[in-house]
Amino acid sequence: MWSPEALAAIGLTVKLAALTTVWLLVLATPLAWWLAHTQSRARALIQAVVSLPLILPPTVLGFYLLVAMGPHGWLGQWTQAMGWGVLSFTFGGLVVGSIVYSLPFAVQPLLNTFGHIGRAPLEVAATLRASPWQTFWRVVLPQARLGYLSAGVLSFAHTVGEFGVVLMIGGNIAGETRVVSTEIYGHVEAMEFAQAHALALTMVVFAMLVLWVLHTLERRGAQR
Amino acid sequence: MALCATFAIPKMNSVSALHFFNLTHEHQLWTAPLGRLFKRASTMGVRCLLCCLSSLFVVASNGHAAVVHLAVASNFAKPIQVLAADFEASHAHQVQVSLGSTGKLFAQIQHGAPFDVLMAADQRRPALLEQKGQVVPGSRRTYATGRLVLWSADPQRLTQSKAADSWPSDADRLAESERGAIANPKLAPYGAAAEQVLQRAGVWDNWRTRLVTGENIAQTHQFVATGNAAMGLVARSQVMEGDRMVSGSGWPVPETWHAPIAQDIALLNRAQDNPAAAAWMRYISSPRAAALIRAAGYGMGNASDRRVP
Repeated sequence: MWSPEALAAIGLTVKLAALTTVWLLVLATPLAWWLAHTQSRARALIQAVVSLPLILPPTVLGFYLLVAMGPHGWLGQWTQAMGWGVLSFTFGGLVVGSIVYSLPFAVQPLLNTFGHIGRAPLEVAATLRASPWQTFWRVVLPQARLGYLSAGVLSFAHTVGEFGVVLMIGGNIAGETRVVSTEIYGHVEAMEFAQAHALALTMVVFAMLVLWVLHTLERRGAQR
Repeated sequence: MALCATFAIPKMNSVSALHFFNLTHEHQLWTAPLGRLFKRASTMGVRCLLCCLSSLFVVASNGHAAVVHLAVASNFAKPIQVLAADFEASHAHQVQVSLGSTGKLFAQIQHGAPFDVLMAADQRRPALLEQKGQVVPGSRRTYATGRLVLWSADPQRLTQSKAADSWPSDADRLAESERGAIANPKLAPYGAAAEQVLQRAGVWDNWRTRLVTGENIAQTHQFVATGNAAMGLVARSQVMEGDRMVSGSGWPVPETWHAPIAQDIALLNRAQDNPAAAAWMRYISSPRAAALIRAAGYGMGNASDRRVP
């Protein structure tokens, strides 16, 4: 059913989505925590910035990432100064782009969960002399399990479905930046509909599975 | 109502109203009830309203000004603006342009997109549409042939060309950190031509390992213009005005270095009776349009009537 090129694209997509998800969960945790507990006036502003990728067309986001990552962009200047070279057209660049693109899908579920848990368990833990670190690992994390699960599933799935950003900053290099969505696009443009169908079907089945798992989890969470 | 009042004709009776709108006997038949209403309309306000309404009817039934909807390959984005403006200045018709890659426009047309004319980047897709019976027979012809330029956004990067047909030596090798951009050879005719140029220049082996491909020539230009690719093969119309490089540095590739990039136009079936589309097809073959197309950096070649089987 799959050609070697298709398999390479699938492998790359899974790798990209997995790495992005791990990074997102790490980065989104402090961000969502801060958003859930701060009284700062900057809260609404930061939340708006985090949600921005939901609204912006991916090609616009991709274009500004391309400009920023380029040798004259602020990000490009910084990565060059760090000796990492330029990020555009590299797998690392795709990971950075995907993190920006999928950020709201990681932050929002975590924010909801943290808000749901509230302050009471934290205060109780503090009276029992738990350090903030201990509180987080032993009180918050077990309760936030479902939030993390849906943040992870959504980030992964959203990254798999990413297209516009990859098209703009990827440069279509086989084995480096050619993921499933851009591979399908290439097949359609080249009128190779059989190959396009095979990959597209894979995507549909995957998306169905993800949504089914997500809704099953939601239901279980609600029953608790 | 205030807006209507501004062009209301004072003391207008029903007969003068019909004359004013230049209505024929045919029209009078179906506008007769309207005329009776006019007679009865005693207040200025109602008269104005009817005045507005009947003028709408007249405009709608008048077939002189029409709209032609063009589906245009993205490499032709700049010249089509000039051509459309020139056409609208000399014709009563209007032009609506949708840009996209030829492949995407082709797929959209196949699935009923409301385009009247396809201006493709190749000959293959218009020919395929004709085979499928979606093109007015005999309407297909070449409107332009594409030219390539090896281009860098850096004014100092490409300066070592000794003659018009000698590949610049500073483009022989790309450095480890550099990328070279061409359009995707599988999708875009400009990409296929670019690959031929790189092979002819003998640099394909070095370039291939550092190649990025844009889905069309517009994206390829973007890669180079933002400095993400050190250089690339882009369309002449994107970077040159006449014989002058608008910015950066570059080398115009001789036409003989690649198979001609003949771009075909075709009148689509749905526009068979659209006067604006017919006018556009005539206009695009006129010497006036040819001069504008040539000025934009395209060849007209001898290909103006060449057909592919």
